[in-house]
Amino acid sequence: MMAADVHTIAVKVNGTRHTRQVESRLLLSDFIRHELQLAGTHVGCEHGVCGACTVLFDGLAVRSCLMFAAQCDGHDIETVEGLAPDGERLHPLQQAFHEAHGLQCGYCTPGILMTAKAFLEATPAPSEAEIREVLSGHLCRCTGYQHIVDAVALAAQRLRSLPQEPTENGA
Amino acid sequence: MATRYFGARIKRNEDRRLLTGSALFVDDVELPGMLHAAFVRSPHAHARIQNLDVSAARCLDGVVAVYTADDLGPYWRPGPLLVPAPPIKDLTFHLRTQVPLAKDKVRYVGEPLAIVIAQTRYLAEDAVAAVTMDFEPLPAVVDLERALAPGSARVHDDLSDNIAAQVRQTKGDYAAARASADHVVRRRLVYDHGASMPIETRGVVAAWDRRAQQLTIWDTTQAPVFLRNGLAAMLGLSEHQVRVIAPFIGGGFGPKIMMFYPDEVLLPWATMKLDRPIKWIEDRLEHFSATTQERSQTHDAEMALSRDGRILGIKDVFLHDTGAYNPYGLTVPINSQCTLLGPYVVPAYDSRFTAVFTNTPIVTPYRGAGRQHGVFVVERLLDIAARQLGIDRAEIRRQNFIAPDAFPYGNEIIYQDFAPLSYDSGNYQPVLDKALSIVGYDRFLSEEQPRLRAQGRCVGMGLACYVEGTGIGPYEGAKVQVQSNGKVSVATGIGTQGQGHFTSFAQIVADQVGVDVRDVDVVTGDTARFYWGAGTFASRGAVVAGTAISEAASAVRGKILHLAAEHFECAETDLVLEHGRVTVAGAPGLTVSLGELAHKANPMRGAVRPDTEPGLEATRYFGPSGGATANGVHAMILEIDPETLMIEIKKYVVVHDCGTVINPLILEGQIHGGVAQGIGNAFYEKLMFDADGQLLNASLADYLLPTALEVPRMELAHTVTPSPLNPLGMKGAGEAGAIPVGAVFAQAIEDALGLPARGLEILEIPLSPNRLFELIGAKPI
Repeated sequence: MMAADVHTIAVKVNGTRHTRQVESRLLLSDFIRHELQLAGTHVGCEHGVCGACTVLFDGLAVRSCLMFAAQCDGHDIETVEGLAPDGERLHPLQQAFHEAHGLQCGYCTPGILMTAKAFLEATPAPSEAEIREVLSGHLCRCTGYQHIVDAVALAAQRLRSLPQEPTENGA
Repeated sequence: MATRYFGARIKRNEDRRLLTGSALFVDDVELPGMLHAAFVRSPHAHARIQNLDVSAARCLDGVVAVYTADDLGPYWRPGPLLVPAPPIKDLTFHLRTQVPLAKDKVRYVGEPLAIVIAQTRYLAEDAVAAVTMDFEPLPAVVDLERALAPGSARVHDDLSDNIAAQVRQTKGDYAAARASADHVVRRRLVYDHGASMPIETRGVVAAWDRRAQQLTIWDTTQAPVFLRNGLAAMLGLSEHQVRVIAPFIGGGFGPKIMMFYPDEVLLPWATMKLDRPIKWIEDRLEHFSATTQERSQTHDAEMALSRDGRILGIKDVFLHDTGAYNPYGLTVPINSQCTLLGPYVVPAYDSRFTAVFTNTPIVTPYRGAGRQHGVFVVERLLDIAARQLGIDRAEIRRQNFIAPDAFPYGNEIIYQDFAPLSYDSGNYQPVLDKALSIVGYDRFLSEEQPRLRAQGRCVGMGLACYVEGTGIGPYEGAKVQVQSNGKVSVATGIGTQGQGHFTSFAQIVADQVGVDVRDVDVVTGDTARFYWGAGTFASRGAVVAGTAISEAASAVRGKILHLAAEHFECAETDLVLEHGRVTVAGAPGLTVSLGELAHKANPMRGAVRPDTEPGLEATRYFGPSGGATANGVHAMILEIDPETLMIEIKKYVVVHDCGTVINPLILEGQIHGGVAQGIGNAFYEKLMFDADGQLLNASLADYLLPTALEVPRMELAHTVTPSPLNPLGMKGAGEAGAIPVGAVFAQAIEDALGLPARGLEILEIPLSPNRLFELIGAKPI
């Protein structure tokens, strides 16, 4: 076996700065889940199709199974654990998924929430067709998507009527 | 007792944990000193193993152990029979169960040959790549008919052919029915069901605690109790030394049942040998072979009818692909055989099947569990008969329905629960009428379709009816206990994979015990919390475990009122139990909380009366006398692009009767999800095996699950015919959405493309634009 090549990275995750030594081949998804123990980001296919591992990378929704941890040096990551403003309240997206029954087993949900967050920031008043288009980057095997579509629409409506709040990590 | 919760659209208790990323899934288990496993898997579907050299892998840095079949010693043995063959006269059943690691011969691509255990998964996979293997390839058995031809290669050398089972079941006299028939329809129909593809793959973490002599296993299983019992027996431990925990599970749909998969059997053994915790998480490529699937059946079926469209009898002879091993017995083909009879009066039935071993992954139930295949056959035969006899397709169904006063309705043949197939209750016509009304059947056929056709648009209607045997035995149990903090805990043995049990079960309890639904804490799938049970399968969780929970909660209610009556020195009938308190009616000052009562029920000093049991708790078991039969109708309008043969679903309607409903919101979700899987099965998902048994599309980029763009908004409606087989009148609903979708698609596509007029029929599922192009002979539409 070749000697592992190791990089020192400094990455901000949900507003907290982490400095770690990582192997070149360590996937960002494994880094987040097993090194940082932020297990809310789930892994479904490890080939970039299912979308379960989606996180925000400098505010953009990316699949963490298709990136290496070493690529995140100096960047901001946001995961599902960073969504809720505190231990009591839920983010409007989370609240909408709860109210619209937008999840069943909940395994694909964290990735969908992260995509939806970035999507609604860019598209605050989406049509159903636009919501379905963006959700088509995610596979859900439980819900048939209808309640997810409803949840995103409900969240969009709620977010539009909210005064603009600064996001949790200031990203 | 107030029913504030039962039947209400209650939002789910489990959502917060799932939405904030704080729910525990198997891959989230992290233990000190944990090792990681990876498997060496067969590249061939059928081959003799000539050489398997793991010595180089064993020498790599970070590798702790590599085991092959030879290293397992007496622990190497074929897995258990999970479901015995039902008591059907003259059946043939050759049981060949999967082995922990292949020895001498491999029987499907992906069959495990060795397990590598290393400090990280990355290092374990490096070591897998360092294993060298030589094989003598053998001809792969893939095609069902060729598998039965003389001279075919044999999947199991000790059998004389590839027949896994042969079963014939009959009702009435089909030959006589056929002789008296005015019309006979005969077709060959092929129905291929795919892979369940939960977004969470399977996984196991096993941890042996040497000092406590205790084995703990976190497993993505639907049946933890069964797994605990089996593993304890294999490992020479007492059941109480083994704890199986099925935590949050990311979808199951059948294949996560208690399979005793090689990984499930090997990790517990290896953790005891190495005295270190071990984790294995299946990757998606592995999932396409390491987890069971459903697949193909080929039916040669005929229906005998009277001139006016009455079914006189059905004869069906079919082949069923069981894969390389058949530990799950005959559940899938028996379901096909029984469900084919549908909601119809079928006076004579002669059904014979042959289950066939092939060099492909194991077949076990996946949502619907063979019911799709049967429904497709009977619905297609009815469509063809209706056309040939000049009867409206809704009308031919209506006139063959079992009458509402004919229940319980005996179908005589033996069902998957080993009992004679009997429908407990039903009222089918209102379900059909409602579906026709919502989909706009008459208007579509008389006005819209002709108008759109005149514009050159290909629009069609599909319609199918089905019944579903649900809520089968043997039994489930539950323990309900009031905690000293006033909350109520519920534990049951079944596992949960997203069905909302943490809420629906809480609703049942909250009403009985008079607490807020959010104050009921439900635990499923932890054998340390509830010892007995069968598992989550066959749309039975809510019906069977739900009833046990209801009865346990009712007993706890009795204890609460009894203790409170003693406390206040009044009659129980004077007490009001609500909002987590017991209050003397008309005396608001005389009140005690459930927490205080729970505390009081466990006295620390003084004396109690003889036979006093501590605690406000009760355990109850429920075993139904038979399965409850749900039913429904799906109707769809779709449009096909004549250039690309891509489809667009314009309208999808489900009308369903699953008896009394605990939570309509959760039920809607179950139906939506089932239909989505049905759509995948009908038009997008097909496991493509080549003649060598290689799966050609083993990735989610190639095996196409439907997305939010393919699954339409659905319109749902319900009717309620309670089941007499359980006190709450419930029937199962988990599989209903998935079952008839293939039949609906076939009819709608035929209709949209006007195929019958061109002498063409759709006799197979799944379809796809490519397959449609082949079937219609690339003729312009």
